Amino acid sequence: MSDIVKLYAFRGSPYSCRPEIALKLKGVKYEFIQEDLKNKSADLIKYNPVNKKVPVLVHNGNPISESVVILEYIDEVWKGVPILPQDAYEKAQARFWARFVDDKCIPAVFKAMVSRGEEQAVAEAHVQMQFLENELKAEGKKFFGGDNVGLVDICASYMALWVGAAEEALGIKLMPKDKFPKLIEWSDNYINCPAVKDGLPPRETVVGIYKTL
Amino acid sequence: MKSVHRKMTDEVKLYGFPGSPFGCRVETALKLKGIKYEFIQEDLSNKSADLLKYNPVHKKIPVLVHNGNPIAESVVIIEYIDDIWKEVPILPQDAYEKAQARFWAKFIDDKCIPAIYNSYGNVEAVAEATEPLQFLENELNVKGKKFFGGDNIGLVDICACYMAFWVGAAEEALGIKIMTKEKFPKLKKWCDSYINCQVVKDSLPPRESLVAYYKWRFGKAE
Repeated sequence: MSDIVKLYAFRGSPYSCRPEIALKLKGVKYEFIQEDLKNKSADLIKYNPVNKKVPVLVHNGNPISESVVILEYIDEVWKGVPILPQDAYEKAQARFWARFVDDKCIPAVFKAMVSRGEEQAVAEAHVQMQFLENELKAEGKKFFGGDNVGLVDICASYMALWVGAAEEALGIKLMPKDKFPKLIEWSDNYINCPAVKDGLPPRETVVGIYKTL
Repeated sequence: MKSVHRKMTDEVKLYGFPGSPFGCRVETALKLKGIKYEFIQEDLSNKSADLLKYNPVHKKIPVLVHNGNPIAESVVIIEYIDDIWKEVPILPQDAYEKAQARFWAKFIDDKCIPAIYNSYGNVEAVAEATEPLQFLENELNVKGKKFFGGDNIGLVDICACYMAFWVGAAEEALGIKIMTKEKFPKLKKWCDSYINCQVVKDSLPPRESLVAYYKWRFGKAE
């Protein structure tokens, strides 16, 4: 049986890159369909009528929405190169941190970006980032997933690329090396993984997006 | 899959608060699977040292502690419970069905509950509160089953306990109508079916306490 895998996404979106990285990590062939977010396709609306957002994975005609739901689906269907840990407790921890990145970290960092580095907003972002820094420190691992990239690393792509791009575009400091040495080290390791490099948008694209903010 | 954390006698503690819909979710999951657990009631205005130790990131309930290992975030906890205790599955077996269940659980948390909560004490927001509910109504319509999980309750039903019980209590307390029978016949029917499941009944707080709470929290001052 040959799988037909389509990914409706937007190159430049930190959520769209997540399924791409996962698919590339597992060597799954897929068709990438770039959406114009100001003029969404009829297909996208059909496949995600509830939220009308990217990314949407369509596997043999069956649509799945929400980036983390898609990641878990990809991990369950294509077993090679696991993204989630096998152990139930480790899996729960990975899910917990993935939610933390989405519910707490990214919103706080985004707020700091939008405020152009306002002191209070940056301080709040640092509070959330400190939890990630501590997590890397405590486990002494190369990646949140251990020796290899996992769910949390993929969700934290935003920290690895989008933060640096925003710093450059807006001339602000969001993730100083002296405060977040582990996060900086992790970012370098992460964006240099082959599958990740292929799945991330070019840095200039993201810098360009932020310059229009 | 080997359940590496199961011991001869599992020690399961749940840090929670009786009025919390998120704590209720976890209790329902535990009761559904017949898991023995100790419930530790937290005073939310004076959180215990244990809670802060077990959930240093959010400092919130519910937190499940299984043989000394803490897990926080209600949906993460439910998935963990489902992974460890295999009887009476909460998530579907099929990967695609599982993804759909996770999608709807997220939709309830990200869209439904915040919109409804926003409408308490804010009459103009009631219309917005009903928009996300329409998607749940359609889902029940299309599925044509007793529960979101099919013939038996599943992840989405458990997450939607807020709609089944908390919304009705708020409606009564505040004299508002969010989930009318005319607009949401399937949802209302589902609510009745859901809260009449024994394990759910056993997990819910007393209705009067909840109504009193909503009156105090959002009611107009006399």
